[in-house]
Amino acid sequence: MTAVEAEAATGKAAAAIRQKPRRGGIADGTTRTSRTVKYLLLLLFLLFVLTPVYVVLITSFKTSADTTAAEQWSLPETWTLEPWRKAWDVLQPYMVRSLSLAVPAAIISSMIGSANGFVLARWRFPGANLVFAFILFGMFIPYQAVMLPLRTTFQELNVTRGVPTLIIAHVIYGIPICTLIFRNYYATIVPHEIIESARVDGAGLIQTYVRIILPISIAGFVVTLIWQFTSVWNDFLFALFLTQQQNGPVTLGLAALSGGQKVDYAASMAGALITSFPTLLVYILLGRWFIGGLMAGALKG
Amino acid sequence: MHGRIRTWGPGALVLLPTVLLLGYFVYGLIAWSFNTSLTDRHTARKGPADYVGLENYTNLFGEERFLNSLKNLGVLTVAFIVGTLIFGLLWALLLEKGVPGESVFRSVFLFPMAISMIASGVVWGWLLNPSQGDEARGLNRLFSILQLNFLENSWWTAGSRWTTMMSIALPAVWQLSGYIMALFLAGFRGIPPELREAARVDGASEFKLYRHVLFPQLSPIALSALIILGHMSLKLFDLIYAITGPNQFRTEVPSIYMWNTLLRSDQAKAAAIAIVMLAVVAVLVIPYVAYTVRQESNE
Repeated sequence: MTAVEAEAATGKAAAAIRQKPRRGGIADGTTRTSRTVKYLLLLLFLLFVLTPVYVVLITSFKTSADTTAAEQWSLPETWTLEPWRKAWDVLQPYMVRSLSLAVPAAIISSMIGSANGFVLARWRFPGANLVFAFILFGMFIPYQAVMLPLRTTFQELNVTRGVPTLIIAHVIYGIPICTLIFRNYYATIVPHEIIESARVDGAGLIQTYVRIILPISIAGFVVTLIWQFTSVWNDFLFALFLTQQQNGPVTLGLAALSGGQKVDYAASMAGALITSFPTLLVYILLGRWFIGGLMAGALKG
Repeated sequence: MHGRIRTWGPGALVLLPTVLLLGYFVYGLIAWSFNTSLTDRHTARKGPADYVGLENYTNLFGEERFLNSLKNLGVLTVAFIVGTLIFGLLWALLLEKGVPGESVFRSVFLFPMAISMIASGVVWGWLLNPSQGDEARGLNRLFSILQLNFLENSWWTAGSRWTTMMSIALPAVWQLSGYIMALFLAGFRGIPPELREAARVDGASEFKLYRHVLFPQLSPIALSALIILGHMSLKLFDLIYAITGPNQFRTEVPSIYMWNTLLRSDQAKAAAIAIVMLAVVAVLVIPYVAYTVRQESNE
């Protein structure tokens, strides 16, 4: 993947974030004091954001004796892996289900999104804007408004409760955002002239898509795959309405682990970390594309 | 005519499955829910039900509990939007000229977006422990360690609607301010540098530069941010579920109330609540979608 493609993938907006402002000859209005104040403020906010992380980490290594009120913010007296082991024992089957659900759901909705996005950006037909608006609205609805009949529909179609129902639901309701991301991506990266000359040469839609569009779509796929994987992995609403503990994903498992009467806080915190690990890993490794998805979520960004 | 169909026909064909799928699973199921909301299907039982017109809606709007959930939602939305916009804009302002280690700050401010609201809700539920004094836990304990005891409070468990829902908004602000920062940062960086330089040459102060030159350029982004935050807040469910559990009248919003109604198998009422939620979101989103699509087609 070339740098140009990568830039286009994350959208103009996301690329602009990384662009450090140009320093001109004219004073940019900052003094040493204001720079220091600015830096101190930034560090303060950094602490605010990281405070929960600190307390989650230390608590997850504590024995139950260590988790008393007075000791909550101090480091563990004896470090233990017991909470992690306990949380993992509970969450492991949920993790497997979430993984076997998030990966195919992300791939399928990205593929549909790519085809849709190409047509809406570069192979338009009369009424394409109307269709685009029709698709886009699906992105914003509160899913409660479809949840009950959705459940009934799955029952009537005899779809197995659990991973299969969730894959179908996430693919369908993921189509709008994937279509939007790819539409904006192709509108930025593919010049009209290329499509025109391919058409003049007699290439049909499928040929144009396979020969010209698909090879330059990798960066777009990275964005939608990450976006879909993250939102499917983190989904709780569909999981709660469509599945049960014995066939549900990891968010359901975490809710069970940390709910109920007698909560093991150390294990809950370890569980929160375990369930967040895959998406955090994606964020750390592929952060710039993650931002690309966020920007697309804002439509034009 | 035939030739034109041959050129755009295949494109329309590609979109056909999507249109059919969303036609059923979005619009069809909404119609189904709406239909259910007009009936007396107050149990899980299948089979025929009688139409009762708008009775479920008039009942809802005459009901203390539903009005409470709407008021909670209103307060939550205001607190969440104001809080997120303040932090997001402030972080963007602090970073936009570039500081050493900028990417570290950016990544840290944005990372909560990658975490599920259930996971952050589990953590924040624990941080927002209402115990105070010697027994203080969570953030209250941190306040007393830092000698800031006056900040200790009972969070969402007692006090007015405002303090209750602001306690719920706090984790949401923590989670989404980074997103708004990213939006504004992209906005600032998209402004041509010539604009700033011209203003400085004209002798504009920093304040005037932002007030009259830079901020007006950001208004489309501010609008996007407002719509996104607004519709997120209206749909907020996981976070409240994880922090307070679903059975708290104090923090109940329509999305939670709908779930509780469904647990009691009152399908018609649950559907009516869902349709009210949809109507509120639609008022916000439809003009925005229409505006966006029209603007893009003009380009």
